[in-house]
Amino acid sequence: MSLDEVKIGGMGASRRRVEDNRFIRGKGNYVDDIVLPGMLHMEILRSPVAHARIKSIDTSAAWDMPGVRLVLTGEMMAARNLAWMPTLSYDTAAVLATDKVRFQGQEVCAVIADDPYIAKDACGKIVVDYEILPPIVNPVQAAAPDAVQIRDDKAGQVGNKIFDWEIGDKARTDKAFADADVVSKIELHYPRTHPSPMETCGSLADYDRATGKLTVYLTTQAPHIVRAAVAMVAELPEQNIRIVSPDIGGGFGNKVPIYPGYVVAILASILTEKPVKWIEDKTGNLTSTGFGRDVYLKGEMALRKDGKILGVRMNTISDHGAFFADAQPSKFKIGLMHSAFAAYDIPTAHMFATGYYTNKAPGGVAYRCSFRVTEAMFFQERMVQAAADDLKMDQAEFRRINFVKDEQHPHRTAFGFLTDSGQYEKCLDIGLEAIGYKNFAAEKAEAAKRGRLLGIGISTMTEPLGAGNSREYDILGIKMFDSAELRIHMSGKAILRTGSRGQGTGHETTWAQIVAHELGIPADDILVEEGDTDTAPFGMGTYASRSTPVAGAAIAMVARKVRAKARKLAAHLLEVSEEDIEWELGRFYVRGNQERGVTIQDCAMAAYSNMPDGMEPGLENVAYYDPPNLTWPFACYIAKVEIDPETGVWDVLQFVAVDDCGVRINPMIVEGQIMGGLTEAYAMANMQYQTYDEEGNIIGGNYMDFLLPTAWETPGFELYEVVTPCPHHPIGAKGVGECATVGGPAAFVNAVMDALKDKGVRNIDMPLMPNRVYEALTTGKDVYGMPPVRLGS
Amino acid sequence: MSSLYEEINTPPASDIPVRRVTVNVNGEARTANVEPRLLLAHLLRQGFKLTGTHTGCDTTNCGACTVLFDGRPIKSCTMFAVQADGHDVQTVEGLASASELHPLQEGFKQEHALQCGFCTPGMMMAAKALLEENLNPTEDEIRWALSGNLCRCTGYQNIVKAVLWAAEKMRAELN
Amino acid sequence: MYPSRFKYESPKTIAEAIKLLDAGKGEAKVLAGGQSLVPMLKLRFAFPDQIVDINNIPGLDYIRFDADGSLHIGALVRHEHLEKSAEIAKRQPTIAAAAPLVADPIVRVRGTFVGSVCHADPQGDWAATMIALHGSIVVQGPKGKRTIAMKDFVLGPYANSLNYNEIAIEAVIPAPKGVARGGYLKLERRVGDFATASVAVSLDMSGDTVLNAGFALAGVGGKTIDANEAASALIGQKLTEATIAKAAALVAAKAEPRTDHRGSAEYKRHIIETFVKRILVANSAQKVA
Repeated sequence: MSLDEVKIGGMGASRRRVEDNRFIRGKGNYVDDIVLPGMLHMEILRSPVAHARIKSIDTSAAWDMPGVRLVLTGEMMAARNLAWMPTLSYDTAAVLATDKVRFQGQEVCAVIADDPYIAKDACGKIVVDYEILPPIVNPVQAAAPDAVQIRDDKAGQVGNKIFDWEIGDKARTDKAFADADVVSKIELHYPRTHPSPMETCGSLADYDRATGKLTVYLTTQAPHIVRAAVAMVAELPEQNIRIVSPDIGGGFGNKVPIYPGYVVAILASILTEKPVKWIEDKTGNLTSTGFGRDVYLKGEMALRKDGKILGVRMNTISDHGAFFADAQPSKFKIGLMHSAFAAYDIPTAHMFATGYYTNKAPGGVAYRCSFRVTEAMFFQERMVQAAADDLKMDQAEFRRINFVKDEQHPHRTAFGFLTDSGQYEKCLDIGLEAIGYKNFAAEKAEAAKRGRLLGIGISTMTEPLGAGNSREYDILGIKMFDSAELRIHMSGKAILRTGSRGQGTGHETTWAQIVAHELGIPADDILVEEGDTDTAPFGMGTYASRSTPVAGAAIAMVARKVRAKARKLAAHLLEVSEEDIEWELGRFYVRGNQERGVTIQDCAMAAYSNMPDGMEPGLENVAYYDPPNLTWPFACYIAKVEIDPETGVWDVLQFVAVDDCGVRINPMIVEGQIMGGLTEAYAMANMQYQTYDEEGNIIGGNYMDFLLPTAWETPGFELYEVVTPCPHHPIGAKGVGECATVGGPAAFVNAVMDALKDKGVRNIDMPLMPNRVYEALTTGKDVYGMPPVRLGS
Repeated sequence: MSSLYEEINTPPASDIPVRRVTVNVNGEARTANVEPRLLLAHLLRQGFKLTGTHTGCDTTNCGACTVLFDGRPIKSCTMFAVQADGHDVQTVEGLASASELHPLQEGFKQEHALQCGFCTPGMMMAAKALLEENLNPTEDEIRWALSGNLCRCTGYQNIVKAVLWAAEKMRAELN
Repeated sequence: MYPSRFKYESPKTIAEAIKLLDAGKGEAKVLAGGQSLVPMLKLRFAFPDQIVDINNIPGLDYIRFDADGSLHIGALVRHEHLEKSAEIAKRQPTIAAAAPLVADPIVRVRGTFVGSVCHADPQGDWAATMIALHGSIVVQGPKGKRTIAMKDFVLGPYANSLNYNEIAIEAVIPAPKGVARGGYLKLERRVGDFATASVAVSLDMSGDTVLNAGFALAGVGGKTIDANEAASALIGQKLTEATIAKAAALVAAKAEPRTDHRGSAEYKRHIIETFVKRILVANSAQKVA
C-alpha cells in the first residue's frame, strides 16, 4: 500500500523541472525583467586606467543633459560614509573611487537617468583627470621592495602583501623530504578566469520614504547576507530591508559578493525617491566583478622509490586584485586550499600561502570553486602526474597505491580534514575500463602513424562540500548553517521555503523531492520558494556546492519534525497510542494491522479540524541545520586527446566521468551539473582566461577575447555513477555542483601533457591554446602564461 | 493599451525625430514611436514587454537575444528597431500556441536542456530555424547550427538531445 | 551596449542612398548587414551622424555567374547565401571554403559579403578571399560607377578607398581560365573568434598545371595581406612537394604577424605556411576535370 517513491517524485526520480515551465515560455523573472512605476536607470562610468590618482572630476555636462536625474561621485558617497564598504574578507573596497582608481574598470561615477541610453550618453560627458601611477599586474611586481603601494588608503598596510598563512607540520615534512628517494617538483600558474554567467549582475532598488522600507531586487546567490550587509552599510533597520533574488541567470559564485553598483543604486533610490535599476553590461561584469583563481604554485612531493608518497609541500602565491574581497569562511585566507591530497594517504604535509594586492579587479574565490578547492585539486593532480612521471610509474597505479583505502575511513588528512567515506579505487577502475586504458598503447601507436600525438589524462579528487560546521566556519562572524520552513496546508499540499538560492541548479524541483521522500506528499503538491528575505528563513545562500549538504539536510530535518507531529495526529485519528503507529511512505498505520491507517493528507486535515486536546493546531515547522562535518564526494575524470603537432590544436577523443556524490536526489539534474561543470573545465583548459598587459589593460574583458566554448567545440561526456552515501547527512547526499570544475581541468591538461611526455615538457599553463602546445612541442620547454611570470626559486 | 492618456516627458529628452514603426510580433501588429538608435532587443523587451528575449553580452557573441526575423534567426541586439518596420518577428513567447507547447519547448524540458534558462529562448529560436530547414539533423549539424548561441550551464549535450527529441516528434506529426 | 544618437534614413534606390551620403559630408555610414557596424556603434568606437540603411533597396541580393564565367555578388548578398549556394560550391571553392568560417551561423544570416569587404577588418575573411581571387569592387557615386581592383581597395585596417559619397554595390570575381580550385583555412580557438591566422588560396588549373594562383592572409598584419606574388612559384608548374613548399614559404614570408596573447609572430607565420601547404596538397590530390 506504500506509494511508489519514484512515481511521486521522491528521491531518485529524474523529475522534470518545475522551473522549466516558465523558462521555456520566456516567462522567467530575471532582475532586468522587473519594471516598477517611475523607474530610473543607472549606468556606471568606469576607470579606463589601472592605477591613477584622481585629480578632478567634472560632472557638470552630465548634469545638464536632459533626462539625467542624478550624478553620483565618490565625494558624494564619502559625505554619506558610503565611499567604502566592508568586504567578506574583513577588508574594505571602494564603492565609487575617491582618491585613486586601483584597477581598470573600477567604478568612478554613476549617472541615473530616464533610460539607460541617456545615462550612457551622460557618462560620456563626465571629465575625469587621472594622474597615472605605475601599475602592478602580478605578485612578483607587487612583492618588489620598491613597488608602489596600491592600498595607501589602509592604515597600517605596508607594501602590497595581504597575508601570510601556514598550515601543516613543517618539521615533520622537512624530515620526510630529507628521507626521500626522489623529490618531484612542479611550478605552475592557475590563471585568472571568470565565472561569467550568461546574465550579468544587476539590481533594482526601491526605497519607499513613506514606509521607510527598502526593497532591492538583485542578482544574488545569498540574499540574507546582502540584507545583513545593507543593514550595516546603509544603516537601515534590518526589518525594513527586503532583498529579493528572483530568477538568476547563472551564478557560479559571481553573484555572491556585494558590488558597488548595488550600493550606489540603493543610495540613488533613496535620494531620487524613485526605483533605480542598474544592470551591468558584459564588459562591466568581466572587468570588475568577482573573478576566480590567479594562484601560483610551487609544489614538491617526497617519494619513496616504490611509489609511496612520503610528504607534500605546497607554496602558493595568490593575486587578489585591488581589494581583498574573497567570499570564503573567515578563518581561511586561502579558502580550503588545504583540502589538497585529501584522497591520498600521506603521512605529512605543509603549505605556505601568501596573498598580494595588484591593480586588477578584486576577488579570487568564485567560479564553481568550492572556496579554492579547484586550485587545490588542480595543483594536486598536476603534482601527482609529475611525480608518477619522475618515478616512471603508470599514472593509474601511482594513484592506486597512494589512495586512502575504503576501510581507512574516517580518515584524518595530512592537513587536518576528516574525510568520512568513499570508494576511490572502484571509481578509478570504472574510469580506466571506460576509456580503454589497457588498449591505449596500441591506439597511441596507430595514431602516431597518422602523424598525431595521443594522450590520456587522469584526474581524481575528493572535495570538502557543505561548509560548514559552526566550530570552524563562519563568514564575517555569521555561522554557516542553513534552514528550511515547511507548512502543510489542510488539503495536504505544502509550501517549503529555504535560505538557499538556486541559480539554475533546480532547487524548486529537488527540494520538493526531499519532502516527498520524507512525507510521501507527491512532489507536484509541494511549492518551493527561495530568495525573498521577508519570507525565507535565514540561510547563508548557495555557493561552494553547499545547498544539498546543508539546506537539503535542513529540509529533511524539518520534514521529519512535521512527520513527528503528524504521527501524533495519526494516533489520535486511529485512536491508538503513538507507540503502536508505524510509518510507510505517505501513511501511518496500526502495527499489526497494515490495512488500518491514515494518509499524511488525512493528518494534515486533522491538524486544522480534529486536533487532540492540548495540541496546537497547524502542521508546520522550521529547522536550522548546523552540519556536523563537511561532505566528501569523489570523482575520477579521464580525458583522451589527440594533438595535431603541426598546429598545436588538440581535440578530445573521449571523456569519461565517474562521480560519487552519495545519494542522488534527482539523477537527471546531477548529470546536468556534471556536464555543465565539465564544459567549464574544458573551457579553462582550452581557451578561457583573463590576463593583463604591462599597463594593466585587461585581455579578456568582453566575449571577443574571453572565450567560452560553443556547442561545436565542446566534447561529449560519458557519465558513470558510484554511490557511497554520506554517513552523517540525513539523506546520504553529498553535493555535486562543483565537482566537475574542481576535478575536470587537470584531466584535460594531464592528457595533453601525457601526449607530450617524450618531449621533456613538464608543464604548460592553462589555457592550453594551440600556440602554447606548439611552443612546448617544438622547444621542449615548459610554457608559462602570457605575460609569463616566474616566481623564482 | 488605452489611447486615453500618455505622459510626455517635459522637456522632451531629445529633438531627434522618432520614427513610427509597425512590427508584426508573434502574429500581432505592434506599433511604436522609436528613436533610431533603439536596439530591436530593447524594443521587444522594454517597448513591447516581451522579456523572454535576453541580452547577455555587448559584442554580438552570445546569441541570447536570438529571434526569428522574417523566419530567419538574427541577433536582435545587433539590429535597430527601425529596421524591423514592416517585418515579422517571432520571439520565444510566440512558440507555443494557445493550447500547446512547441515540440522544442517540450523537448528542452524532457531532456533537461536548460538550467538557469537565460540562454534558452535564443537557443530555441535558433533551433527552430534549423528544424525548419532540416527536420532530420545529425548531432554535428545541430552543434554547428547552434554555435552562435552560448550556454554556460548545460554543456550543450542535453540541448542536442532536446533538438533531436523535437525533430523526431515533428517528423512523426508530419506523417 | 548603447549607441550614441544618429539620424536614420532608409532610401529605396541607390541614387537616393548616394544623395544622402553626399549630403552627409563623411558623417554618414552605410548600414547593410550591420554585423560589424552595429557592434562598433554599441561600443561607441564609431558614432556617425547618420545611418543610411540600404536593406530596403531592391535588386541587390543576386549571386550571378555571367556567360563569361565571372561571378557577381550584389551588395545585399548575406554570408549564408554563399554558404548554401550549390553553384558557388562547384565553381568557386575558395569562397565555399571560407563561407562557413565567417563569424557564426546567426551572424551569417544577416551580414553581407560586400559589407564585410568594405569593413576591411584585418582579420576579415572576405577581404582576403577577394584579394586571392583577384577580385574587384564596383562602386557607385554621384559621378557614376567605377571599378576598384581589390589590391587598391583595402588601404589599411578598417580603411577602404571609397569616397564618402560612394557606395559599393557589387563584388566581381573574374572567371578562371581553366578550373577554379583552392581553399580557405582559419585558425580560430572557437567559432566566432578572431582569427589567429588565416589564409585564402585560389588556383586556376588546366589539368595538372597551374595557370594562375592567388594568396591572401588575414590576422597576421595591420591589414589584409596581399601575397599574390607567391603565385610565381606555381604558375606553369604542377603541384609537387617542391613547388608547394616553395609557394608556402613565399606566402609565409609576406605575413607581418605580431606576438600577442594568441601566439608569437613565429607561430603565426608557421601556421600560414602550414595552411598553405595543406590547401595545396588537398588540391593536388584531386582529379582535375
